[in-house]
Amino acid sequence: MSEPEALLDVTDLDVFYGDFQALFGVSMAVAQGGATALVGANGAGKTTLLRTIAGAQAPTSGMVRYAGSDVTAAPPHQRISRGIALVPEGRKLFGSLTVEENIQVGAAAAASDAWPLERIYATFPMIARRRRQRASTLSGGEQQAVAIARALAAAPSLLLLDEISLGLAPLVVGELYETLSALRAAGATLVVVEQDLRRAMDACDDLVCLLEGRVALAAPVASVSRDEVIAAYFGEGSP
Amino acid sequence: MTWVNAVIQGLLLGGLYALIACGLSLTFGVMRIVNLAHGDLAVCGAYLGLVLSSAAGVPVWYTLPLLLPAAFAAGVGLEVLLFGRALRHGVLAPVLVTFGLSVMIENLLQVAATADPRGLNGGALALGSFHLGSITVSWLFLTTFLTACVVLAGLQLALSRTSWGRKVRATSDDLDTARLVGIKVRPVFASVAGIAIGTAALAGVFIGTIGTFDPLTGTNILIFAFEAVVIGGIGSLWGTLAGGVIMGVTQVVVGEINQAYAVLAVNLVFLAVLTVRPGGLFTSHQTAGEIRGAGIGGALG
Repeated sequence: MSEPEALLDVTDLDVFYGDFQALFGVSMAVAQGGATALVGANGAGKTTLLRTIAGAQAPTSGMVRYAGSDVTAAPPHQRISRGIALVPEGRKLFGSLTVEENIQVGAAAAASDAWPLERIYATFPMIARRRRQRASTLSGGEQQAVAIARALAAAPSLLLLDEISLGLAPLVVGELYETLSALRAAGATLVVVEQDLRRAMDACDDLVCLLEGRVALAAPVASVSRDEVIAAYFGEGSP
Repeated sequence: MTWVNAVIQGLLLGGLYALIACGLSLTFGVMRIVNLAHGDLAVCGAYLGLVLSSAAGVPVWYTLPLLLPAAFAAGVGLEVLLFGRALRHGVLAPVLVTFGLSVMIENLLQVAATADPRGLNGGALALGSFHLGSITVSWLFLTTFLTACVVLAGLQLALSRTSWGRKVRATSDDLDTARLVGIKVRPVFASVAGIAIGTAALAGVFIGTIGTFDPLTGTNILIFAFEAVVIGGIGSLWGTLAGGVIMGVTQVVVGEINQAYAVLAVNLVFLAVLTVRPGGLFTSHQTAGEIRGAGIGGALG
């Protein structure tokens, strides 16, 4: 089902937390330059899937292929060097580091020097002013921007974004999504976990809906209706 | 003038305590390991200094260029072989592992070196002193204090200004996220353990030059180090220096009144701080008291 040019190809992932199985045979493919929305209810396994792609979580079985090679066993820093970066849920900034230090830490295993500080500050003018402040003193929207900036510092080709709109004002979310479309225009491939279905479907061309650790729906956004997605979301009419 | 003298001597003694404690503070702040063998490793440093300096027939200071890298390597080795593995098995495993290490070191030293108290050859430095008005200051104590200041300032600078320091602080803040953003955590841990054991060995050399040591001295050293860390605030290097100084001054000033109560007074100060400000005296920001949040990074600011 995956075209040869897929940048990311995930096959049959099983992921456990101890005895609890979070993912059951999950497969998905993301084309180079594409944007995939990953939706689903709380606990459906979206964060687990992103963390497994980023290397923070090891699958029991299944494979993660990236840019044509198997990275299933690679530790996070190697995946980052190859161009996979994750913006974790809840931002997870280093609170005692300054904004700039957070971004510099993000460049620790950078894939290239395509994203120097100047380019990041040009992309996020709102955090340039705060570069010497501790990350923990920033507003939620600013912190989210720093979290994205930290991932960008690794110069990723594939950017995984986990719930970047969580707890933010709609206006701020709108700004962040504008930045994302600019990143796409610059060639980045995105996987976006988003609670807001409408925003997810607006911003992405493909959609994967997880339900209790399984893929309930995977289709181009253009080919599915909102109602079909909602049915998959709540598990109506599917086994 | 007696009191001024006591305070100055206490201040200088506090430098030694801080030097002992900074490695403990660092390993806890970054790796979340309370290294119960820290004092014993300091004593190992003293014994190594003894072996090297008597073999070469020189004061122990000349052996430091060999001794400190050896101690750093030992720290790296311990991280790779023991601490790193223990950390994968929850919070209790490192405590048990370092406790076991402590027991092993003490017994091995007793077998290898007997229980006789030893002292190190400090050369002319150990004997000299100078007068400041009516106060006599020992060169050895002054050197110890200044060494502690240099070590702490160096560590502080490295942590706040270098890319290594950024990684250490980020790891201290949030280990999982540090991995996630691409920091290779094991080399960070290994370097931190190396520095911690290196400073412990350096402290051991000063302890052995100032007084005597035997295979069981490590336990006392650990208690003093632990108290300095807790009084100053866990993870805070300058807090550790202040904690050491508070302990030193208390010990010497109370000793001026009655020598029998000197160490007891230090322990009472520790107990009082633990009761009133369990996060330590020098963790000013809101995470004081919340020990997990008060890592190395939280203390730089």
